[in-house]
Amino acid sequence: MINDFLPPGLFLVIAGLVLPFFKGQLRAAWLLAAPLATLGLIWAVPDGAVLTLGFLDYTLTPLKADALSRLFATIFAIMAFAGGLFGLYQSRTVELAAAYAYAGSAIGVAMAGDLITVFVFWEVMAIGSTLVIWSSSEDGAYRASMRYLAMHLFGGVVLMVGVVAYIMDTGSVAFAAMEANSPATWMILAGFLINAGAPPFSAWLPDAYPEGSPGGTVFLSAFTTKTAVYVLLRGFPGEEILIFVGLYMVFYGIVYALLENDMRRILAYSIVNQVGFMVTGIGIGTEMALNGAAAHAFAHIIYKALLLMSAGSVLYMTGRRKCSDLGGLFQSMPLTTLCGTIGAFAISSFPLTSGFVSKSMISQAAADEHLLIAWFLLTAASAGVFLHAGIKFPWFVFFQKDSGLRPPEPPMNMRLAMILFAFLCVALGVWPEPLYALLPYPVDYVPYTVLHVVQMLQLLLFSGLAFFLLLPMMKRTLTLTLDTDWLYRGIGKQVAHALTVFTTAFNMEVIGGMKHRVHDLVAWVFRHHGPEGTMAKTWCASGMVLWVLLALGGYLIVYFL
Amino acid sequence: MSDLPNTPKTTQPPREKHWLTRPETIRKLWFVGIGILALTVVAEIWTHPHPYFGVDGTFGFNAWYGLVTCAAMVVFAKGLGVFLKRRDDYYDQ
Repeated sequence: MINDFLPPGLFLVIAGLVLPFFKGQLRAAWLLAAPLATLGLIWAVPDGAVLTLGFLDYTLTPLKADALSRLFATIFAIMAFAGGLFGLYQSRTVELAAAYAYAGSAIGVAMAGDLITVFVFWEVMAIGSTLVIWSSSEDGAYRASMRYLAMHLFGGVVLMVGVVAYIMDTGSVAFAAMEANSPATWMILAGFLINAGAPPFSAWLPDAYPEGSPGGTVFLSAFTTKTAVYVLLRGFPGEEILIFVGLYMVFYGIVYALLENDMRRILAYSIVNQVGFMVTGIGIGTEMALNGAAAHAFAHIIYKALLLMSAGSVLYMTGRRKCSDLGGLFQSMPLTTLCGTIGAFAISSFPLTSGFVSKSMISQAAADEHLLIAWFLLTAASAGVFLHAGIKFPWFVFFQKDSGLRPPEPPMNMRLAMILFAFLCVALGVWPEPLYALLPYPVDYVPYTVLHVVQMLQLLLFSGLAFFLLLPMMKRTLTLTLDTDWLYRGIGKQVAHALTVFTTAFNMEVIGGMKHRVHDLVAWVFRHHGPEGTMAKTWCASGMVLWVLLALGGYLIVYFL
Repeated sequence: MSDLPNTPKTTQPPREKHWLTRPETIRKLWFVGIGILALTVVAEIWTHPHPYFGVDGTFGFNAWYGLVTCAAMVVFAKGLGVFLKRRDDYYDQ
C-alpha cells in the first residue's frame, strides 16, 4: 500500500541532491527550509507502519513511527538545520548536498520498519559522510576519507551478511528487538557496533572526523554514531555484552583524549566516550536506562555539535587546529568562548545543562540494578569527561598561554548556529520536561534534587581541581597516539609495501623470464611459418609441374622394376 | 570551506595583559575556586544521602572519588603515552 506519506528522510536526501540547482538567496532559503520541512513531515507521520512496499517475496516497511524513531528523527532534522546554518555561506555546495543526503538517510534509518530499508539507508549514510570528508581542504582529508569508506563498507558487508542470514533464519524482515544468540544476530550486532565506534574499530572515528572542513565535522559528529545508538536501542536493548563494550568506550575516549593535541580530535575521542555511556545504558536495558540512553543521544548531538562549531570557528578564523598552537583566544572571540564553554559544561553534565538531565538517568539505572562496578566506573567516567573535554578543550583552546592570536569572531551565520545550540543546551537543562515527554518510556525521574546537584558539583569541581593540580603532566606535545588503526596505517601499510616489492620482483624475474621464452618461440615459428618463412613460401607453377613429373617418373620406374 | 582564507591572522605586538591573565587575578581565582570546593563539601550537611552501595553515602565521597579517579586517569594516560605516543607526522613518513 502506498499512501500520501513521503518518507521524511527521503525528502531530505532529495532536498540535498537538488541543492546545486539553487543559487544565492534561494540556496540559503532552501538550506534552511528543507530541514524544517523535514521536521514537519516527521511529526505528520502517525504511529505504526504507514508505508509498505513489496520487494522480492517480502513486504518492506520503509516508514514506521513510534516515540523512539520520532525522537531520533527529530534531533537529526534539528541538527541538519543548525549544521546548514553554520555552513550556510562557508561550506561548499557539494559538501552541504552530501551532508543533507547523509542527514536524510540517518532519518531514513530512524524511521525504517524493516532490516532491508535500514541497510539501504545505512549505505547511503556511508557514501554521504565520505563525500562530506572528501569536500574538506585539510591535507589528510582524502586519504582519511578512503580509510573511513573502507571501514564503513566493511561494516556494511558485515551487516548485510547478518541481515540476509537473519531473514533466512526467521523468514521475517521486520526490524524488532532481537538477542545476540546466533551467527546472524552476532553479525548484525557487529555491523551496528562498527558504526558506533566500538572496539576494536574505534579508531576510524578520531582518524576521519577531524579531517572534515570546519562545517563538515559538525555534521559528521551527529549522525553515524547516533544512528548506531538508535539501532542498538531498537535491536538489542538489554544485551549484556553492551555494558562491557560501553564501559570500554567510555575510558578509551577519556584516555586517548587526554593524550591528544588536535582540538577536534580531542572532541572526536569524546564522541566515543559519550556513545560509550549510551551503549552502557542500552546494555543495562531497564526502562530508566533506555530512556537515559535515548535522552543522552538527543542532548549529546546538540552539545557535541556546539563544541565542534566553536572548534570549527577557531579553525576557520585561525587555520590552526593544534592545542599547542592555540590559547588566549577568549580575548578576541568572547562569544565563541562562551558557546564552547557552555558546550563543555553540557558534555560534563553540569547542573542547568542538558547533560545533567540525561546522563544521570544512566547512572541511576546502574544504581537501581545494583550494578556495583558499572556504577563506580560510570561515576569515575563522569568526572573524567569534565577532565578531558569539559576543561581540557576550552582551557587549551581559549585560555592557557597567550598564543598572541587575536582572530575576530566568525561570520554571523556561524555565530547564530552556535547561539541556537548553546541556548538549547541550557534550555533542556533548565526545562527537561519537553525532552522527557519525547522519550520511549514514561519518565519517573527527578534530576534536580539537592543531593544530586551537590554530589554532581562535588564530583565535577574536584575533577577540575585534579586537572589544575596535574596541569604540568598535561603539557601539550606534538604527538599522536597509536591506536588499532596502526594495523592498517602502520604495519599493514608496511606489509602491503613489502608485498608490492615482492610481487614486482616476481613479475620481473619469473613471469618476465617465461614471457621471454614464449617470445622466442613465437619468433622461431614466425621465422619459419611467417610470410617470409621457408614453409610459407609460394612456389611457381613450372617448378611444381617439374616435381610432379619427377615423382611420377620415379613411380613408373619403381613400378616396372 | 576550501576557498576561504585559512591563513593565521596577524600576530599583534605585546600589549597590556588582559586582567584575567594577570598573576594577581589568577591567585584570587584559586582562592575563590578553593572556597567553592569547600562549599560543595559543606553543603552535603544539608542533604540526606541514600547510598546504594555503602561507601557512596560516606561524607564527601564524590569529592575525593572525583579527585582520585581523575588523578588516576591522568597518570594512566601518561603511562600509556610512553608506549603509544609518536611524532604527529608518524603516518606521513
